[in-house]
Amino acid sequence: MAKAKKSREGTVMVLGGGIAGVQAALDLTDLGYYVYLVEKSPAIGGVMAQLDKTFPTNDCSL
Amino acid sequence: MVEAGRSPNIEILTNADLLSLKGKPGKFKADIRQRPRYIITEDCTACGLCTTYCPRHQVDDYNEGLNITRPIHIDYPQAVPATYYIDPRSCLHLTHETCQICVPVCQSKAIDFSQEPEEMTLEVGAVIMSPGFGRISEETLAKYSYGKHPDVVTSIEFERLLNPSGPFAGEVKTLSDNRHPHKIAFIQCVGSRDIGCDNGYCSSVCCMYAIKEAMVAKEHDPEADITVYYMDIRTQGKEFDAAQKRAEDKGIKFVRAKVADVMPWGDHLRLTYSTLDGQHSFMPYDMVVLSVGLESPPDAEKLADLAGFKLNKYNFCDTDTFTPLETSKEGIYVAGAFNGPMDIPESVTQSSGAASIAAGLIKKQRGKGIVHKSYPDEKDIGDEVRIGVFVCHCGINIGSVVDVPDVSTYAGDMEGVVYYTESLYSCSQDAQEVLKDKIKEHDLNRVVIAACSPRTHEPLFQETLKDAGLNRSLFEMVNIRDQCSWVHANEPDAATDKSKDLVRMAVAKARHIQPLPEQTVPVNKTGLVLGGGIAGMTAALNLADQGYNCFLLEKEDSLGGNFKKLAHTKKLIDQVKKNKLISEYTNAQLQATSGFVGNFSSVISTGKGSKAKEITLDHGVIIIATGAHEHRPETVLGNSIKYSKKIVTQSELAEQLAGKGKKVAPDSIVMVQCAGSRGDDLNYCSKTCCTTAVENALKVKEINPDSQVIMLYRDIRTYGYAEDLYQEARQKGVLFIPYEMDNKPTITEKGTKITVSFYDPILRDDVSVNPQMLALSVGMVPEETDTLSKLLKVPVTADSFFLEAHVKLRPVELPVDGVYVCGLAHSPKPINEIIAQSQAASAKAAMPLVKGYVTVDPIVSNVDKSICIGCKLCTSLCPYQAIQMVKDENNRPKAETVVASCKACGICASHCPTFAISMGGFTNEQLTSQIEAFGKEIKEKETEAA
Repeated sequence: MAKAKKSREGTVMVLGGGIAGVQAALDLTDLGYYVYLVEKSPAIGGVMAQLDKTFPTNDCSL
Repeated sequence: MVEAGRSPNIEILTNADLLSLKGKPGKFKADIRQRPRYIITEDCTACGLCTTYCPRHQVDDYNEGLNITRPIHIDYPQAVPATYYIDPRSCLHLTHETCQICVPVCQSKAIDFSQEPEEMTLEVGAVIMSPGFGRISEETLAKYSYGKHPDVVTSIEFERLLNPSGPFAGEVKTLSDNRHPHKIAFIQCVGSRDIGCDNGYCSSVCCMYAIKEAMVAKEHDPEADITVYYMDIRTQGKEFDAAQKRAEDKGIKFVRAKVADVMPWGDHLRLTYSTLDGQHSFMPYDMVVLSVGLESPPDAEKLADLAGFKLNKYNFCDTDTFTPLETSKEGIYVAGAFNGPMDIPESVTQSSGAASIAAGLIKKQRGKGIVHKSYPDEKDIGDEVRIGVFVCHCGINIGSVVDVPDVSTYAGDMEGVVYYTESLYSCSQDAQEVLKDKIKEHDLNRVVIAACSPRTHEPLFQETLKDAGLNRSLFEMVNIRDQCSWVHANEPDAATDKSKDLVRMAVAKARHIQPLPEQTVPVNKTGLVLGGGIAGMTAALNLADQGYNCFLLEKEDSLGGNFKKLAHTKKLIDQVKKNKLISEYTNAQLQATSGFVGNFSSVISTGKGSKAKEITLDHGVIIIATGAHEHRPETVLGNSIKYSKKIVTQSELAEQLAGKGKKVAPDSIVMVQCAGSRGDDLNYCSKTCCTTAVENALKVKEINPDSQVIMLYRDIRTYGYAEDLYQEARQKGVLFIPYEMDNKPTITEKGTKITVSFYDPILRDDVSVNPQMLALSVGMVPEETDTLSKLLKVPVTADSFFLEAHVKLRPVELPVDGVYVCGLAHSPKPINEIIAQSQAASAKAAMPLVKGYVTVDPIVSNVDKSICIGCKLCTSLCPYQAIQMVKDENNRPKAETVVASCKACGICASHCPTFAISMGGFTNEQLTSQIEAFGKEIKEKETEAA
């Protein structure tokens, strides 16, 4: 199996793409870093994507 | 989520597992294996045809197994990435090498069964662990007939039942026979505070989510009879008690009881429970919801092994109180529920905090890997008005009340509208693609979106406009959620009419909107931190770690704040003093601030007596960390209190217990919780008092094991791991006795004798004791926030804590750009949460400094000098000193806007006697046409009626 190598300076790996991981990834880009967001399932969002409304603003959580 | 999907600087690797992680801070190597999706992401258009043709059924995991899907599917239409995938566990081709029906069906030839796992090595400077949490075992749930009876569901299953994209499209039905459940019970602490399943901790979030789900269920069916069975209601977060009160007001019942079991009972379920007084009762229910706790993630041990960090005894990540976001391995940080059970705001806060520490670690690499996003050139919009109208269902948030198709068709008939449509979630990533396509396809030059609040979603849509080559000002948003479906939930026809009115007005305005140029202003790369306690010092040090200068203001003689005596505080003070980037000002107060994000100028007073002076500091951002202090109520639960050596607060007791000898611990002591909190004097819960009291109780028992310690409480809120301390205190003989607000304990003091009388629900009798000491768990009140709130024009809550921009998603930002909050000035919280929040605040504060410039909203005022008569009325009225007088070529005085200082409040424009001032995006012409569009139709209707 060929092994690709991704190498670039100024990067952070975030493991887990739920609300915590997504927020960390977004903040890191705003702080000047490139991010690999590694998620084990086929989509990011985690449990938050399963929630209906969220307290107290009742915003849809997407 | 959508933002992450769109960012050019986030590479999302889904279906990916960590194989190994080696290296050191600044230089890690991570081996990753990506399992195949069997779909070519770039080619999949998410049309869904494959799912329609797939012959195999499988359980829908996204819907918690409550309905079925096909092996080839997408979890939900808004998923990021918006690409289908094939589940190898059930696909006929992947399990039996047959079928392949989907391959020829797919029009875009996106299905590729030849895909193999791919391995790659990522070289990264730092790592953040955010794997989330796991599930409580079914064995634990089986105690309540989960798995035996379909109408016993977990809270997350119930969440799916409530959800419009759920198994019954948002209708709550029993799974046994599809009827609407009328009687619903919530059982709290399932899999939490339960030594039986080795989860001694409290999951911290279940009380609040149960209240939320119960309230939403009530919205679905106002007649629903809902009861929450609980041990302690733990709504210790900011404004959470108020939510519970609202739930009670809505008729949701709260019963303090232990649930013994749940058994099938005819068509129903029978729930048996025992109350404190030892009574056993039972009650029939249509549905029972188990408020399941948060378990450590299933791969916790593997991750810890691979990365080399420690777990705690519950298999969550092990962290220290004073370094709450750092794993035991340097350069690897942790955020979210893996760091112990926590709610969304807390997770979001931790993520920002972890990001800022990671950023500090590798600051020399900053900016080196970043890709700068480019936009297509803005196209010329020409003279013809071509408006597109998009009306959003927001799931059922709007669609269940407002007739969305009707509103959308209505818009289609309006002048200038060349395209109209409706969408389920217009904020989702796939919807952004649709929006871009439609702009191109119909050559739209103005876009109107009728959906939710522009406060949260306007920037997203404007970004999509820019991607499609339109100036972001060519956009008008209508809030038919907050202003129609929410406030008129019981009048769908009226809500639909109102939506039409608002859309008509927006379209009328849109006909007149013009592109506005974007302007940028450079940023002063210095921070100002107000408050030199743990929060302020942590924030200042973090900013300095990221390479930025910082002014740190403390109103007292010296740094330290409430926790001056802690060793950690002393360490921080030392670090601050040694740090060349931090300038410390003591006896300092903020006197005035002007300017805007990136360019603030503040006048401060500092020093004492002859050394007192006023100085001006220029800075780009402000972090408020002004803290709180102990509240010393003179009346507690209706009893007047005279503080003495025998009647003390918990912090005074802690100080006494820290002394030497056995005498520091009394032979008998009564502790009264919520003394002055939760409606007694202060409205809110102070969050830390229960844990502090339990710690003190344990300390008393440690020094003096025979001491009689009685704690009178309303709800013991030792959330998270502090629950272990509560358990320990019970085991060591501390008596915990609950009291109700309609039967409060009485406290009297005669001579040297203290008498505390209370009702004991276990004995079912009144009891009086004469303890040697009385310790009051008083709450905390914020330091004076009114002055600061006025100076910086930022809001505070009714309880005088600073009010964040968005409780869930922007927990440390204030509504004024460039101003952030952390620590006790935000809300009461323990030290680890203060530190994480301070690190989060400095992450947010560093963002404009990193960027180096700020973009000024183009909705500023604009003076037409040919009409201006130079009367100076506007300059005298402008609250932001954003208008200056200049001379024109004929040497006549004319007004001119200082774009960067203008806050677009519109005072100047509304007062200008010659209408020389107009507001970008809100011109007189635009507003008049909007008003006319509203009045004209109403008038026509009235005429018709007459």
